[in-house]
Amino acid sequence: MEKMIAGKNVAVNEEGYLTDFSQWDKTVGEEIAKENDVTLTPRHWEVISYLQGEHKNQTALSIRKIGKSNVVDIKEFYELFPNGPLKISTKIAGIPKPVSCL
Amino acid sequence: MSEFNGEIKKMMIILSKATLENVYAAFVLANGARMEGIQAEIFFTFFGLEALHKKKLEHLHVATVGNPAMHMPTMLGGLPGMEALATSMMKKEMEKIDMPDIHEFLDILVASGVKLWACRLAMDMFHYKKEDMYEGLSDIITVGDFYKQGTGLGTHMLFV
Repeated sequence: MEKMIAGKNVAVNEEGYLTDFSQWDKTVGEEIAKENDVTLTPRHWEVISYLQGEHKNQTALSIRKIGKSNVVDIKEFYELFPNGPLKISTKIAGIPKPVSCL
Repeated sequence: MSEFNGEIKKMMIILSKATLENVYAAFVLANGARMEGIQAEIFFTFFGLEALHKKKLEHLHVATVGNPAMHMPTMLGGLPGMEALATSMMKKEMEKIDMPDIHEFLDILVASGVKLWACRLAMDMFHYKKEDMYEGLSDIITVGDFYKQGTGLGTHMLFV
């Protein structure tokens, strides 16, 4: 399906995750963040670009792995994205929702 | 109900056993709740307290007796070394799926904002002191205190 985000038609799945990362840009990320009550700071962007890098390397993302990344610890990750860090940060980052339970 | 839509807001998990499979079940459920933005608290009672006890939490075992899913005759499960064997096999499998050990999992839960409560009655019964327990323990409380913690719409309780 398609959704208008930041004035652009982008392809998303039924949960609102972008299905084509090439359609992502910062304004798209900002708008998704706003929809999820997240106000993005430079720290958020550092985490988001780390997640995008991991996705590019085809690393399966989990809370545990992110906690060991030296980019952000688990406590801060939850502070940055309180309503579900992994699912919301990946949505903003324009990458698929991780399937991990950990 | 109509406005609230039955959404789960908080999971209150009661852990009463210290077999590895039960402890992991409780921890994964609590962690999974936090990952969805749901609050989670665990009440450790009776043998569940062993998962918080500094000297015991590294030595939890899989139950080989009275566990039909082991697909092993009960008498075999009772042989010496059987629990240790089953436990080390399970730990190997858990490493493969990136499952943390008990201590690290407790650290993850605390960092994720999960509250860990020890049951006062069970603490007294086993003669455990607060300093015997994992340092991330929120407090030692009564059943009544735990119920109070669960006040509010959308709280679910789960007994493991």
